[in-house]
Amino acid sequence: MTPVIECEQLNVRFRTDSGEVTAVSDLDFSLNAGECLGIVGESGSGKSQTFLAMFGLLAPNGMASGSIRYRGTELLNAPRSALDDLRGNRLAMIFQDALSGLTPTMRVGDQMAEVLMRHQGLSRRDARTRIIEALEVVRIADPERRFAAYPFEMSGGMRQRVMIAMATLCRPEVLIADEPTTALDVTVQAQVLRLLDGLKKHTGTSLVLITHDLGVVAGLCDRVLIMYAGRAVELGPVREIFRRPAHPYTQALLRSMPSLNIDPGQDLPVIPGQPPDLENLPGGCAFASRCLHTLAACGTGRPRLQTVGAGHARACHLPA
Amino acid sequence: MSAHPELLGSEALAQAAGGNAPRSLWRQAGRRFRRNRAAMGSIVILALIALTSIFVPMFWPHGIEDASWESIMAPPSTAGWHWFGTDANGRDLLVRTFYGGRISLTIGLLTTVVALVIGVTYGAVAGFVGGRTDGFMMRFVDVLYSLPLIFFIIILVTVFGRNIFLVFIAIGAVEWLTMSRIVRGQTLTVKAKEYVESAVAIGLSRGAILRRYIIPNVLGPVIVYVTLLIPTNIIVESYLSFLGLGVQEPLTSWGLLISQGAGQLDSAPWLIAFPATFLAVTMFCFNFIGDGLRDALDPRDR
Repeated sequence: MTPVIECEQLNVRFRTDSGEVTAVSDLDFSLNAGECLGIVGESGSGKSQTFLAMFGLLAPNGMASGSIRYRGTELLNAPRSALDDLRGNRLAMIFQDALSGLTPTMRVGDQMAEVLMRHQGLSRRDARTRIIEALEVVRIADPERRFAAYPFEMSGGMRQRVMIAMATLCRPEVLIADEPTTALDVTVQAQVLRLLDGLKKHTGTSLVLITHDLGVVAGLCDRVLIMYAGRAVELGPVREIFRRPAHPYTQALLRSMPSLNIDPGQDLPVIPGQPPDLENLPGGCAFASRCLHTLAACGTGRPRLQTVGAGHARACHLPA
Repeated sequence: MSAHPELLGSEALAQAAGGNAPRSLWRQAGRRFRRNRAAMGSIVILALIALTSIFVPMFWPHGIEDASWESIMAPPSTAGWHWFGTDANGRDLLVRTFYGGRISLTIGLLTTVVALVIGVTYGAVAGFVGGRTDGFMMRFVDVLYSLPLIFFIIILVTVFGRNIFLVFIAIGAVEWLTMSRIVRGQTLTVKAKEYVESAVAIGLSRGAILRRYIIPNVLGPVIVYVTLLIPTNIIVESYLSFLGLGVQEPLTSWGLLISQGAGQLDSAPWLIAFPATFLAVTMFCFNFIGDGLRDALDPRDR
């Protein structure tokens, strides 16, 4: 399979008043055509920043180095004009916060039309037909009327579906969904996920699903990348990750998934400790201070991703 | 009225169920505004003042420059159509007050438009581009801010001579500063919103984002400020005229009339009473409208 997106040695740093913060360090991964890659990690693990860097959306104090290529075209620090022809067109992103992702002063349909007018040169009227179709695909009832609605007249779930419809208007090859379900309640979450799954199957879009919900990953993804403190700690096929998690962090994550059959009143399992300070990361393994099986090597050398099975790699010093 | 639900169309049913046809933010604000009696009353009064200012001088038997030697400093009376009395030159005060209204309101509106256009563009660009450009642009504003208005106008008047257009330029050139600061501040807030980020992510150009995503979203506070800026500018014009730097005879404005009337407060109090009343009522009206708009556009109600 040919990778659509190749990311090599990606580093994302932020200059702050108190020093330099490393949000992503030495990240390598690739996204194959038609697959769904799940990116899992806790808040601040660099999963969103990776893709903001890819879209040229880093905050002004952010710097990215390394390489992210889309079919051989370098995206990182590419000129705005080159990026503008790709983003929204071949590469699309669904943002985390559906509630504020649409401008309140524009009709939903007009906002969606911007994409088609920009990338396909359609007239407003031609765009309208396409948009109404797209709204039907995401199961928005009465799309003709919703076309003329303002975002605040819609529920969170509807807005999220509008964002999905908008992201898919140009049939992108790569769709990044950054926690597309966090703002939604469970029933809507299920609908949105089914929608994304359908999209991937019917249009062959490669999907990146950024989430901290392992349940979502299990249901939707082909491969999973687990990130911790800006580094890749484990990468593998979804079944492997769930059956034979190789990294202690992944193991701890899976253990801390709340299950329905624990006694009420019993404490939920947690990973003890705090994620490390991104301003001064430890020299060795970033997870060492919270790890249950530390070796001497964990404090000194930073582990590299090493293959432990078919397509399965982890960054850990422990013997496999 | 007997209900026939089976006869209602889906539209009407949706209305009845509370799911109205799409209404824009502005239309909702408009409805809230219309419920505000003080603001609506002010609009009616302002419209009356504006219409009389436009039309009365056209039909009134006296012109603004017609001096009548028989009635100098005549108190208000219906005799001889001098309802507001006459001034020291025997000129009819009523026609001069309404004519002054034309000038004052025009200056108020035009200078505000000037300030609005320059201020919004400048502030939005500074806030949106950010970084060094922003710093440079806003320091320039700070420098202009530190120049006293009167000083600035005296320079303009000495260089270009006394001219009514100079008044427009001078007031407009000063009042856009505050506008640009307001707009820049709002732009910084709006720029951080996710919808701007998603507009970048769909590949829109900077100009398109500025025009369609940033500016419409900063307009709420700007509109409120505009209703407060119009009366401010009328007052500024008044005091410039009062100081002899603004509108020149034989043209007149409320400020000029008040300044002339102030000299004869003991002998002919009507000379200050009528223009001052019109000016004060106009100020109140604009401020009530501003309050009404602020309440109607309050983001907390959205």
